[in-house]
Amino acid sequence: MGKKKNRPSQEVNAGSMADIAFLLLIFFLVTTTIASDKGILNVLPPKLDPNNPPPEIDKNERNIFNILINANDQLLIEDEFRDNADGLDAEIKAFVLNFGLPDEEATALYNTLPASLKAQVKRDPESSDSPGEAVVSIKTNRGTSYEKYLEIFDLAKKAYFDIYAERVNLTTDEYRTLTGKDDAEEALIDRGKEGIPMAISIAEPDKIGS
Amino acid sequence: MAKFSKKTKTEESIPTSALPDIIFMLLFFFMVTTVLREQDILVEQKIPQATQLQKLQKKTLISYIYIGKPKNTALYGSEPKVQANDVLIGAEDVVQWVNQERDLLPEADRGMITISMKVDRDVKMGPISDVQTELREADARRVLYASTGKLQK
Repeated sequence: MGKKKNRPSQEVNAGSMADIAFLLLIFFLVTTTIASDKGILNVLPPKLDPNNPPPEIDKNERNIFNILINANDQLLIEDEFRDNADGLDAEIKAFVLNFGLPDEEATALYNTLPASLKAQVKRDPESSDSPGEAVVSIKTNRGTSYEKYLEIFDLAKKAYFDIYAERVNLTTDEYRTLTGKDDAEEALIDRGKEGIPMAISIAEPDKIGS
Repeated sequence: MAKFSKKTKTEESIPTSALPDIIFMLLFFFMVTTVLREQDILVEQKIPQATQLQKLQKKTLISYIYIGKPKNTALYGSEPKVQANDVLIGAEDVVQWVNQERDLLPEADRGMITISMKVDRDVKMGPISDVQTELREADARRVLYASTGKLQK
């Protein structure tokens, strides 16, 4: 009767703990869908009041950048037929920053722009008068695919974000990720937008040819 | 110098006692970030790609509406349908649904309700504009076209 030889060890065997945890981990890895709330924000126009029709607005044709998309996803941009949307964002940007016939306010706005944006001002009398007047109009057909519509809308947004970002000296991506969660960010967003409203108009789709 | 050579004898196995802790850490991360699907999606969802994505700050303001071809074509047909919560609804019921969703929000936020439209890329603009007309009718005018990022050229 000496001392016991095979005394069981005091520790709990934790070797398989990793395996159990792995099993759970893999379960959550497979079932997880990281919620993505990313997208392109659009604000719809207010509803039409039948008693109070919207005022007729006389806008000069030169202040409207017309984009039509038909049921075959073909484009008619400023009365010019296109098959694809390459370079559309640059065209919209040039259209917005045209300053063809600026009034006093627009001239003041022009003077606040950084030199890089001033260099892009074309002053074409056939294009928009001032950024405040410029409107990008997108008109679709009921048969237009959503994918094409979103692509065009995306490009129009890009044109505006490019301008805003260049104004506050950021890259477009940096500007877009600003959420306005503190005052500094909000001020930056406002400084980019000031005087250049994002005027993208979505017209009611055509019913014909759908 | 026998004294020194003794010291160079190294442990051969890697200590794995910290492994469970690392795995648990990963596990907790996924447990916290995971959102278990509370509803079945009855329509096809191939979300289109775009570049100018924005993130919304307040997620509680977002309500989701799904538009796409029904997965179960035998039951619902092959025309694009609108899904809100877990039922397929017609475009004319959107107003009622928006009002229900809006009632769930605190009063101060009701004007800021945002509808995230998760639309399949093969849907045509017809049904989408019908839904948008109804959203205007319901005065829920902030719309988010849900899309995933695209690599820029």
